[in-house]
Amino acid sequence: MKLSFEKSRPGRFFPVMPELDVPEEKVPPELARAALPRLPEMSPPDISRHYSELARRTHGVNDGFYPLGSCTMKYNPKINDEMANLPGFTRIHPLQPEHTVQGCLEAMVRAGEMLCEITGMDAMTFQPAAGAHGEFTGVLLIKAYHASRGDGARTKIIVPDSAHGTNPATVSMTGFQAVNVPSDSSGCVDLDALRAAAGPDTAGLMLTNPNTLGLFDRNILEITRVIHDAGGLCYYDGANLNAIMGIARPGDMGFDVVHLNLHKTFSTPHGGGGPGSGAVGCKSLLAEFMPAPLAARRGGGYAFESPPQSVGRVSAFYGNFLVMARALTYIITIGGDGLRDAARNAVLNANYMMRRMSGAYDAAYPGTCMHEFVLSLDGLKREAGVSAMDVAKSLLDRRMHPPTMYFPMIVKEALMIEPTETESRETLDYAADAFLDIRLQAERDPEALRAAPVSTPVRRLDEVNAARHPKLRYNFG
Amino acid sequence: MAYYAPSTEDEQLEMMREVGVSSWDGLYADLPEELLLDGLAIPDGASEFGAQAVMERLASKNAAFQTIFRGAGAYNHYIPSLVKQITSKEEFVTSYTPYQAEISQGTLQSIFEFQTMMCELTGLDASNASVYDGAAAAAEAAAMCRSRDRRAVLVSEAAKPNVISVVETYCYAAGAELRRVPTRGGLTDGDALAAMLDGSSACVYIEQPNFFGLIEDASALGRIAHGGGAKFVMGVNPIAAALLKTPGECGADVAVGEGQPLGMPLSFGGPYLGFMTAAEDMARKLPGRIVGETVDADGKRAFVLTLQAREQHIRREKASSNICSNQALCALSAAVYMTVMGPRGLRQAAESCFSKAHYAERKISSVRGFEPVYEGEFFHEFVTACPVGTESLMRRLESRGILGGMPVDDGILWCVTEMNSRAEIDDLVSILKEVAEG
Repeated sequence: MKLSFEKSRPGRFFPVMPELDVPEEKVPPELARAALPRLPEMSPPDISRHYSELARRTHGVNDGFYPLGSCTMKYNPKINDEMANLPGFTRIHPLQPEHTVQGCLEAMVRAGEMLCEITGMDAMTFQPAAGAHGEFTGVLLIKAYHASRGDGARTKIIVPDSAHGTNPATVSMTGFQAVNVPSDSSGCVDLDALRAAAGPDTAGLMLTNPNTLGLFDRNILEITRVIHDAGGLCYYDGANLNAIMGIARPGDMGFDVVHLNLHKTFSTPHGGGGPGSGAVGCKSLLAEFMPAPLAARRGGGYAFESPPQSVGRVSAFYGNFLVMARALTYIITIGGDGLRDAARNAVLNANYMMRRMSGAYDAAYPGTCMHEFVLSLDGLKREAGVSAMDVAKSLLDRRMHPPTMYFPMIVKEALMIEPTETESRETLDYAADAFLDIRLQAERDPEALRAAPVSTPVRRLDEVNAARHPKLRYNFG
Repeated sequence: MAYYAPSTEDEQLEMMREVGVSSWDGLYADLPEELLLDGLAIPDGASEFGAQAVMERLASKNAAFQTIFRGAGAYNHYIPSLVKQITSKEEFVTSYTPYQAEISQGTLQSIFEFQTMMCELTGLDASNASVYDGAAAAAEAAAMCRSRDRRAVLVSEAAKPNVISVVETYCYAAGAELRRVPTRGGLTDGDALAAMLDGSSACVYIEQPNFFGLIEDASALGRIAHGGGAKFVMGVNPIAAALLKTPGECGADVAVGEGQPLGMPLSFGGPYLGFMTAAEDMARKLPGRIVGETVDADGKRAFVLTLQAREQHIRREKASSNICSNQALCALSAAVYMTVMGPRGLRQAAESCFSKAHYAERKISSVRGFEPVYEGEFFHEFVTACPVGTESLMRRLESRGILGGMPVDDGILWCVTEMNSRAEIDDLVSILKEVAEG
């Protein structure tokens, strides 16, 4: 389809603003830009159609099953959006006097208190705008903690090899060195390797639990003990909290700081890649380092406070406030019992789907999984020459979004499947049948799978060409 | 049946049987028993109806001002109805990062169009798909410019204080030094900057217009930065950018900014939009997602996330940033906003801000005690003195439904946009007169 720039016609202009009601003033020519930006010139109906066409070429949770592992693509309740769009939230300037924003502050305090209860933490900030931003913030708290104790020798942070790429990247970004520890044959942290890695140079550990293989690390209490005994702190990557909210808490497992992805676990929409919210919670020993300002109760009302040894701001204001408002709506709607039920159903759905597919596909780690499971298509690739990529692309022709591909890296030809609790059994059966059908087709007609997809607006893309000869903007010629 | 989880109790039992467990506990057998909770201290679900009442009560506890004369990093602009409608389309709202390009061409093309528009607005060659907010964009830009030897970041003290604070946090994380360039008459002091530059300087960051609303001599500051071997980073207001010399024309290596004025409501500070563009030779250092054009298997034009070898999921600890998302829906808002406004509409909005702010400045500064603090040319913000306590003045304005300017060290930082009618400005001035005359 055409780009907006290609639909543009010079001079087409539909003003949305009235005529100026004050004397016109011109920017002095020596300060002015030479030419206007070449923005599209389109009529409102054409703009409307342009974006409707783009919307039709976009697959959201509302368009079909979206079992993208580690991303928790659950249904986004519409009441959340409606509440976030109340003018009493959207029309509030971030620098209004505190007595005029008591509702915003109360919302942040209440959401913070409930998320502390869910995670077993003592303080919560909403400044981080995304999970990776939360990781950055959380590891900074660890850095500030050691610095405040004059402990400059702690330069390393331990990260399991199954971790999201953001974990080691965060470690580098915060001035630490990443130390990888391998997983053992059961997919969990290798305890001996962990004990060998922990020492006086250990600043902390970053861990996702359940991990990216969809397994709950049953040695978790021993893992956090090893780190604490070595003088380090434990960071919980909350990407997979959906499996255990209301069932168990990171704080009770020995974690000192966590980030949550409100856009995963707490049902706020992903928006095509954002905005999300990477709220960070910590135990009281880290609370004095939290980013300033922090919403708090004061007297009978609410106010911003500056933690005494704050690491500083990580956002211009208070983070993605409207995303937090959606998450708060969700928690109030479904309540503590609903959160627990959501976790249970997420785990049941994943196990059910894994079981339905077990004869045809190899689970990387058979047994009970948490909210997601990982298939290894290594055998299929060797036998039939059909890769994880081919299976994923074939799913596109069956009207579903594929699972996360080629992650975690420690599983060959990985497909990581997370159905979430909001899918019905019919949908799970439909998806499992699609997988089984593809498995049969891999025997009969592997070529067709390698050519998939055929029913999508475009077919497989030349990604090598895109990277080798980058075209990152429209060329006006 | 639980909220949003559709399985009935019977279905749950059947599914458990299939899985081979007899109860919920069977699914959680790997969890140490001592970790298992006996419920959360959170009330049971209030239902959609009940939650609505709670949230509406919270929203009603805030004061939404009819008239706003405050900016300082968050700006009250008109949002065309098309922006709200289009960004509410569920396909855009409920999708994720466009990993599967074949079914994500809508998101990808909209980002490609956004990238093109940001290049046009800033006069630079390449744009990323956006980052968290303008402050994070400034911090990421500073990181782009750092090399092994050149690590210090020079930031103008005329930049927004909250942006400086975020850049400082990122510098602290990376173990890099942040040096503050002093101001003279509200503008970045070029002589002081020249004296501060040395072999350890990575970049110079200034804002256009700056925190006080003043228009900097960006070209001159850029020459000074480059003369000292440092990169030049400009933080620009995207509405002002429609009128002022572009970062490209001023010699900037990287331009960043807060995209909120492009169609995003004030929203108590977020979600907002950090935009980043760069000159050709810095393009591959841009962090985060970038969309590029390519072809599909049939040779048809298509769009895809590209240059991913820079990113954390490939490079892990060697990546320069951990960012892996963008503010896609906000970038969409900005793209739709710029499309609806078009070049003439955007210029009209910018000229309206400029004209109204100048009208207001003349009127306000004619009131005794509210003289302007700085002399230079400004865009849509300006600082005046304040002859009375700012808190009492703000209370007085508040009682008339007006959010006054932002109290700053030397007085009040006023902001006037196309949203402020002449009548509103005249009302404000008459209240200021009442206050001044006591």
